[in-house]
Amino acid sequence: MSAVLASRGLGDRLTGLFWRRPNLLLLLLISPPLIWLGLVYLGSLAALLVQSFYSIDEFSGVVVPEFTLRTYAELFNPANMDIIIRTLLMSASVTVGCAVLAFPIAYYAARFARGHWKAAFYLGVMLPLWSSYLVKVYAWKLILAKEGIIGWAAGATGTTPILEAVLAIPGIGGNSLSTSFLGTWMVFVYVWLPYMILPMQASLERVPVSMLEASADLGATRGQTFRTVTLPLALPGVIAGSIFTFSLTMGDYIIPQIIGTSARFIGQAVFQLQGTAGNIPLAAAFAVVPILIMLVYLALARRAGAFDAL
Amino acid sequence: MHSERASLGLQIAAIGGLLFLHLPILLIFLYAFTVEERTYQFPPPGLTTEWFAVAWNRADIWPPLYLSLKVAAVSTVLALVLGTLVAGAMARSRFFGREQISLLIILPIALPGVITGMSLRSAFAIMEIPFSVWTIILGHATFCIVIVYNNAVARMRRLSGGLMEASADLGANAFQTFRYVLLPNLGSALLAGCMLAFALSFDEVIVTTFTAGQQSTLPIWMLNELVRPRQRPVTNVVAIVVFAVTFVPILLAYYLTRGGSETAGGGK
Amino acid sequence: MTVAVEFSSVSRHFGAVRAVDGVSLQIAEGAFFAMLGPSGSGKTTCLRLISGFEKPTAGVIRIFGEDVSDVPPNRRNVNTVFQDYALFPHMNVADNVAYGLMVKGVGRAERLRRAEEMLAVVKLDEYGGRKPGQLSGGQRQRVALARALVNEPRVLLLDEPLGALDLKLREAMQDELKALQQRLGITFVFVTHDQHEALSMADSLAVFNEGKIAQIGTPEEVYARPATRFVADFVGSSNVLPPDMTQRIGGPAAWSSLRPEALRLAPAEGAALAGPVTALRYLGAGTRVQISTGSTEVAAFVPAGQPLPLPGQNVGFAFDAADLHVMDRA
Repeated sequence: MSAVLASRGLGDRLTGLFWRRPNLLLLLLISPPLIWLGLVYLGSLAALLVQSFYSIDEFSGVVVPEFTLRTYAELFNPANMDIIIRTLLMSASVTVGCAVLAFPIAYYAARFARGHWKAAFYLGVMLPLWSSYLVKVYAWKLILAKEGIIGWAAGATGTTPILEAVLAIPGIGGNSLSTSFLGTWMVFVYVWLPYMILPMQASLERVPVSMLEASADLGATRGQTFRTVTLPLALPGVIAGSIFTFSLTMGDYIIPQIIGTSARFIGQAVFQLQGTAGNIPLAAAFAVVPILIMLVYLALARRAGAFDAL
Repeated sequence: MHSERASLGLQIAAIGGLLFLHLPILLIFLYAFTVEERTYQFPPPGLTTEWFAVAWNRADIWPPLYLSLKVAAVSTVLALVLGTLVAGAMARSRFFGREQISLLIILPIALPGVITGMSLRSAFAIMEIPFSVWTIILGHATFCIVIVYNNAVARMRRLSGGLMEASADLGANAFQTFRYVLLPNLGSALLAGCMLAFALSFDEVIVTTFTAGQQSTLPIWMLNELVRPRQRPVTNVVAIVVFAVTFVPILLAYYLTRGGSETAGGGK
Repeated sequence: MTVAVEFSSVSRHFGAVRAVDGVSLQIAEGAFFAMLGPSGSGKTTCLRLISGFEKPTAGVIRIFGEDVSDVPPNRRNVNTVFQDYALFPHMNVADNVAYGLMVKGVGRAERLRRAEEMLAVVKLDEYGGRKPGQLSGGQRQRVALARALVNEPRVLLLDEPLGALDLKLREAMQDELKALQQRLGITFVFVTHDQHEALSMADSLAVFNEGKIAQIGTPEEVYARPATRFVADFVGSSNVLPPDMTQRIGGPAAWSSLRPEALRLAPAEGAALAGPVTALRYLGAGTRVQISTGSTEVAAFVPAGQPLPLPGQNVGFAFDAADLHVMDRA
């Protein structure tokens, strides 16, 4: 038998070609996804930018495809600024709420859970993360409705006055929890909580046990160790998680539409402007706002070393 | 530290947090059986199973269900092909622009849905593309690529590079190596990726509302019911269906990739 | 003599790193050829150049006279036993062994029969149904061997074939590999960093250093007549003597080597090499006695049973002039 086997058709010939030109195979592999993402996604992002520099003719309601900064200037109307600031405040408070609730879960899962418990914790966070978004929001509609489970529980325990007092707080209260900012906030916190737990747990798991022991050896109390060692080391995880909670809250429009007041958030503004109002340029300009904010946020987070925790 | 036990407060907070994540979903199940159809009264004044039959006979539920299944299936197949290709290119090679490409893959899911949705909407407006099943699929496939990619690339990295060389050494051409060595070892990771992609697409509502026009997927149908409720328990029945269609693939994906560093879902 | 593998001025550079640098060699058909060298010396890259997983930056490789510059690995009638064996984890042992036949289109019954035969050759007849994960290291290695040999390659490449095995198994496998090679008559090329392995198994070997071949020859030649200081030191830890010292003990002004076993203990007075004992190392079959001659340390191998000097004691070493090997190259 010869030292070189005969080529048996196209498969072998192509294999030889790929072997002689390894970059050709790479190019063939990467081209379809790159073309798709480049065309569909980057193309769309570019279209968004282009649209945001168009404007709408006030009388005819037709989009004028000419470059202008007028649409962006409209963002600075008091009404529109209200929407942006409201959204930012909500994103920030949701992030804080998620961080506070996530910490014990992440800490317990990272430090104390072992074996089956560890798997249970992991699944316990992963399943809500992946289960239907709309179903989760709907569940809270049931919970927060005036006649729902919280109202019932308040009545059953005689705490209705407390609930009413909370709802009477101006700014965050309302007719019922499902029509208040407080309600909106609770649902946001619930829906995005797993996105905070996972990176937090990942960064806590990276805190070496030996470091905690060293701290204890040096005479630190549990509280001191926690404050001076654990918390600072967990911070990158918190920041990584906050990227998700902040960004997701800022871009959401379903939750405030279903649970909350009539005051709008950026996402709602975008949706309504492009739909019923037909003002695609202003909708696009509104959509650029979260992108810019997230770019700044990401730059700050990178400096804080949060990307190692992702 | 190993011998140390968590304090009671921490245990309660941790377990309480997990319950907080799960209990609300159970309510969906309960309310599917309530006899009260106009309010969300708790506790339900009575229980009945009639809503499942009512939902079954509601003609307006079936078309959205079919549309959602169709969109999810086609998007998953597209994401499978594109995600696997890009994983194949990224797994081993180092090349110029690699970091940028990995960012590009993640971006559609990292940016809020409203941006992805509005971007697609802007593009459709500029290019005067009418809404269709394909405009929905275009968006879904784009954000599903990263799901398949994440699963595939993790498995490829774990797979010993020697296996592919061994296959070539024994006389297999590139296609035989793919068919007999790569695919069998990659299979479960790809299946997991597909299931997650399917679940994600089936459930997606934010991007879809921008790309669907007048069409209704099941989540859009649900959204309309939430805004303007008719028979509320019927919505619960549909919610259970949506929950099940997303929950089962997720659980399967978890078991398919268990034991690796790539456990499914880490990248949502 | 038919040449199985021929390198003509072959180089393989990775950027600025010259992994293989102008190597020329010929491996005769039916040889058991070893590529010996420390890690990073280029021996494994040479092996991968033969199998086709690396392409030469310059030079030509011929296998049985055919230039394989354009031939991808799958079309080279050459098979490899990989260092980590690279058995397919999703296939059982029989399917692993039959893989090469399968991709060449041999029918299922026929290829399983031949796989079974080959498994018998490596004494694993009963193991066809198992998964690689259920085998020991030594068994996996036999499967890898069977998987390569079933294709009846013209050349079998072995990459550190015994590296992952424990000492006892390694010695048993050495004999088996040697016997197998003689029985099948296939050209074996194996890579190792273990000089004992190379000397005991190969009938011809190349010593690699920094991407170049330092010496090619039979084990006896390489051991007794190292061409360079590197070879003398790497193969058998010879005493390497600088030119002035060579001259002092009666040789020319050139680097030379003296095998420890060629040295005998002698009275310090009048001995060519003499000095205080700096170290005694017991090696079972004898003891390695090291003395300091001022500028250089020299060691002798003293067979068991002979009286040994004490540490610090002044002793001399004597040798036959014929054992002093003067090297042509530095």
